[in-house]
Amino acid sequence: MSDTAQSGPVLAADGTPLKKSLARALRLQKTRALLLIAPLLLFVLVSFIVPIGQMLWRSVENDIVSDTLPLTVQALKTWDASAGELPDEAVYAAFARDMIVAVKAKEHTKLGTRLNYEQTGISSMFRQSGRKVGKWDPVADAPFKQKLIDVHDGWGDINTWRVIQTHARKVTPGYFLNAIDMRLTPDGATTQPEDKRILIKLFGRTLFMSLIIMGSCILLGYPIAWLLANLPMRQANILLILVLLPFWTSLLVRTSAWKVLLQSQGVINEILVWLGLITDEGRLVMINNQFGTIVAMTHILLPFMILPMYSVMQTIPQTYLRAAKSLGATNWTAFWRVYFPQTVPGIGAGSILVFILSIGYYITPEIVGGTKGVFISNRIAYHISSSLNWGLAAALGTILLAVVLLLYWCYDKIVGIDNVKLG
Amino acid sequence: MRVNENMESTNMKMKTILLTTAAAMIAAPAFAASHMANEMTIVSWGGAYSKSQLLAYDEPYSEMTGTTIIHDDSSAEAVAKLRAMNEAGNVTWDVVDVVAADAIRLCDEGLALVIDPDKDLAPAPDGTPASEDFGDLLVSECYIPQIVYSTTFGYRTDMVGDTPPTDICAVFDLEAYPGKRSLEKRPINNMEWALLCDGVAKGDVYDVLATPEGQDKALAKLDTIKDQVIWWNAGADTPQLLADGEVVMGSTYNGRLFSVIEEQDQPVAMLWDAQVFDLDGWIIPAGLSPEREARARDYVRFATDTQRLADQAKYISYGPARMSSAPLVGKHAELGIDMAPHMPTDPNNAKNTFLYNYEFWADYRDDIDAKFQAWLAQ
Repeated sequence: MSDTAQSGPVLAADGTPLKKSLARALRLQKTRALLLIAPLLLFVLVSFIVPIGQMLWRSVENDIVSDTLPLTVQALKTWDASAGELPDEAVYAAFARDMIVAVKAKEHTKLGTRLNYEQTGISSMFRQSGRKVGKWDPVADAPFKQKLIDVHDGWGDINTWRVIQTHARKVTPGYFLNAIDMRLTPDGATTQPEDKRILIKLFGRTLFMSLIIMGSCILLGYPIAWLLANLPMRQANILLILVLLPFWTSLLVRTSAWKVLLQSQGVINEILVWLGLITDEGRLVMINNQFGTIVAMTHILLPFMILPMYSVMQTIPQTYLRAAKSLGATNWTAFWRVYFPQTVPGIGAGSILVFILSIGYYITPEIVGGTKGVFISNRIAYHISSSLNWGLAAALGTILLAVVLLLYWCYDKIVGIDNVKLG
Repeated sequence: MRVNENMESTNMKMKTILLTTAAAMIAAPAFAASHMANEMTIVSWGGAYSKSQLLAYDEPYSEMTGTTIIHDDSSAEAVAKLRAMNEAGNVTWDVVDVVAADAIRLCDEGLALVIDPDKDLAPAPDGTPASEDFGDLLVSECYIPQIVYSTTFGYRTDMVGDTPPTDICAVFDLEAYPGKRSLEKRPINNMEWALLCDGVAKGDVYDVLATPEGQDKALAKLDTIKDQVIWWNAGADTPQLLADGEVVMGSTYNGRLFSVIEEQDQPVAMLWDAQVFDLDGWIIPAGLSPEREARARDYVRFATDTQRLADQAKYISYGPARMSSAPLVGKHAELGIDMAPHMPTDPNNAKNTFLYNYEFWADYRDDIDAKFQAWLAQ
């Protein structure tokens, strides 16, 4: 045994060096572990990372202009828009060639829709012109300038060409500018006209209302979580079922129930009128506004606050409170100095859950929010499903994601993420 | 018929599967052509509307051809979903029911097949070609209209006193008709009505609305009733609000009001004045396999013939899009009442109608919607 140090590398039973053999065993173990989590990893990659990456990309992607009108974009490069003159025949000829190809592929109306986001009216210019230009011959029908202007006088408008020139870039900041109530014009980025600014306001409102919802969830949830943790098992179980019950009911049903309760001919108003607390004319407006959204969403998100608080409180031995009191603390001091600090991780976890969930909430504000209680997510949904401006929707979504990550980072700095316990 | 037609359909995809027996397949060998798919997915709005299509088109078609029909109530999100399916290269829908504005966009995006009415659709029984039978209603080369519906107002008969409203401007008259109104949460239709009641002539409405001053004018008019408006997203909202007595009058689709008045017997009446006509109909998605495309074309040809369109009016009060179907409209299948007077196109109801300008809204929708939403949020 004593001479092993001199006989070179330590060997394993099969004669290979021990280091190598160990490394192989470790590698094998790692591969096995990786294989075990591979399904989850793949799932997360395919269903989460790839779509989010695509969304991020969509918010700046703008291939359509240069792909549909390659010759025009090339020809416009030498055109100086600030001179105040229409482009020359070369640009029109390039445009006619591009259009003839695009009409065959039915791409021109897509481009029209895209450019219509930037300048109202371009969509029908492309649609109407496509019918005629599609029948032209790129050689025999030249020159095109006057012909195009005859087809639609929009082609004689210098602004049309400036818009095409401005938005020819393959990667555009335009959607992000739109998302913060600005726009990309031929003269650079400017703010939207006052009567079209809404998105910043909605972002602010979403954050503000989410904070209020989170706050009311803490206020309402804390006593219930405390009861759950401190009642005898039997009662606590029944209470827990009551907390979980809403999870088993459809979200739409719960939201609609608030409608029935809160509307002006609804249950609460009827009772108040019957009791004589308010007059028939003075019925309270409690729905289709911010109040309705806050009430309904607090109700819906409350379990997400109670459960983490409950599981944290459960681990706090009751003897701590008794010890504090036996050392002379009042009820309040014992609670505030001894009990409460230990529940902070639960509050933190619940707050993060509720806040992040409510920031992206869509259906409840849509139903009970009226005009003042809707969130940014309702606008995102509009751009996804109605206006089909997916670029703008992606930009809005990206900003929302960034805001959430930023807040998460702030939270980590202030409270510390290690302080969060889900159970 | 627009956004979120009914709530139950937005979340749930209630897929009804119509299975026909093998006997039916044997009974109709002439139609069980081998080059067509035996299964198809039809997308529509759900609720009473889908039911009327099921009874008028789908059941007879399945019986005749042995095709299995799967229903998906996704029309409210059809444009976005079709675009996503097309990008993914896997279109799972065969025939899709959409409103005209959506059909125009689908056609623009190259997501719908171009239809040749005279070749692809059945002529009228008297031989009139389909292009003439549908006439002006063929608003897009991809679109096969099915019904004419209108967005119009209903009012509570017990909340308007002795002088029920007869004029669209009653909506803006808070003195004569105090109380809440419900309007759709989008600029389309509301802006037009506001301008009409602000003294703009019917023929000039869209010229005025194309200018920023005209848009401000319309919003200023809407501003006069803004405090008294409940804004709706789903077609079922106004009927519910009327039934609860939450609003004194509200806009919605005429078929919804028909069921509140005739089927649920609520104290509600129609204010047909300045009703806005719109269309609902079929498109066939682009990118189907040849077998599925053949099946879809065959179905659409059957479902939009003169008799089938007239049959649908037995179950719902929307007017058939073919001129030749109008004389065939009979009685309601369950209530037994004459359906013709409940059609938006009936001469008594259509004394003053307003035509929705598709081209205008295709251009101005995003621009005016941004303004409208900003105005709403003020």
